Amino acid sequence: MKKILKVLIIVMIPQLFILSSYAGSDGTVEINSEVEEQNYEVKDCFETVNRGIFAFNQGLDKIFFKPIAKGYRYLPKPIRSGTSNALSNLSNVVTIPNNILQGQLKQAGINTLRFSINTTLGIAGIFDVASYYGLDKLDKEDYGQTLGTWGVKEGCYFVLPVLGPTTVRDTLGSIANFAGGDAWYNVTVANNTKYFENSDYYYSRLTAGIDFRAKNLEAFNSLENNSMDLYASVRSLYLQDRKRKIQNSKETTETMNDDDWEEIDTQ
Amino acid sequence: MKKIKIIYIFFLLILNIFPVNAKEPSILITEIVNEASTILSSSDPVESKIIKLNNIAEKNVDIDGIGMYTLGKYRKNLNEDQKLTYKKLFKSYFLKSFSSRLVDYSDPKISVVSEKKINEKYTIVSTTLEETSKNPEIKIDWRIYTKNPDRPLIRDLIVEGLSLARTQKEEFKSIIQNNEGDINYLFRSLEEFIIK
Repeated sequence: MKKILKVLIIVMIPQLFILSSYAGSDGTVEINSEVEEQNYEVKDCFETVNRGIFAFNQGLDKIFFKPIAKGYRYLPKPIRSGTSNALSNLSNVVTIPNNILQGQLKQAGINTLRFSINTTLGIAGIFDVASYYGLDKLDKEDYGQTLGTWGVKEGCYFVLPVLGPTTVRDTLGSIANFAGGDAWYNVTVANNTKYFENSDYYYSRLTAGIDFRAKNLEAFNSLENNSMDLYASVRSLYLQDRKRKIQNSKETTETMNDDDWEEIDTQ
Repeated sequence: MKKIKIIYIFFLLILNIFPVNAKEPSILITEIVNEASTILSSSDPVESKIIKLNNIAEKNVDIDGIGMYTLGKYRKNLNEDQKLTYKKLFKSYFLKSFSSRLVDYSDPKISVVSEKKINEKYTIVSTTLEETSKNPEIKIDWRIYTKNPDRPLIRDLIVEGLSLARTQKEEFKSIIQNNEGDINYLFRSLEEFIIK
């Protein structure tokens, strides 16, 4: 496992430094922002291969994730909400260190309180008791977002089998989880504790995937039915979403460049 | 001089009787949402619902503007014939896509949260689509083109921070780029989508 991580890091880090040479070339996705500095393009380095993996993932979704997500929808709402709450609570073990790394000390404090209250009084996070006490749920943070706030560019966009769209930066962020950055991974897989099994981690990840898919069944169907190039739509949505999360912005206009709209005059 | 005075008074009277109403963007959205909700919750056949929804879109959405935006840099290379072809194709494409996205909702409950004027041309209206047993609450921002305040038009929907117009633009760009920059491939794809 350590060897694989080393190889991945060696392959990916140079990508971050050569990003600027890709700007303006073909097969790219334009992600604008309000300032010129953010007006760069993310290279889809291995588009042909990516499209192949995307098609594979679509097939897998059709025969596995989608049917399970549909079945999951039949569970009573309290069970679905409880599962969703517990998974969300668990994600705090990654969000809190990232809050600190991004200098969001207030959010780190709130999330720590939320995690403590919900894990104990909320019975392993099944009930969101913290919200009842006025500690509202905050946005999730991960190591990819932290790298983004530190100014690290996306690097290449690519698609991973099963896991889906990502960038070099986000993959490095995910690797940080396996290198000690995710306390849940540490107590289930990385270290042999008496309390948890390896499978606890994998089940939780799988359930999180199914929960997400179930919440977005209609949205995905609509996207599939209305896209002429689904791959390009998903790529665009993924990159827009990551940009918004990194900027921690609630304002639409803060993450979008209006220049192109300004040119269109129909009145 | 007397005649001019009479004409002046006449115009003032006309203006008072028929005041020019600059419609507030948030009111526009509330009206559209209510109208769409009535259509979607009715027992009309789907075909009838689609026709009515398309009428709302034609009246309140800047379809030509969105079409030009989604072409990105390629719009600058179009000749007049191609522009006309594209406008026609895009309108059919847009209406089909618009109605098919909406018709799945039986009775969407959308409420206006706030309104923010970005500049003279644009206002963003923030709304929320209420949580249902199937879906969580969804934030939807509407980009309203207000150059002519008497006739505000919708130019983009930003769902949970994701712009539909931008996604469309990048999709079109990908189709053109992967076909040697030939705009005719986009026209063909649009035609295929329309007759699908």
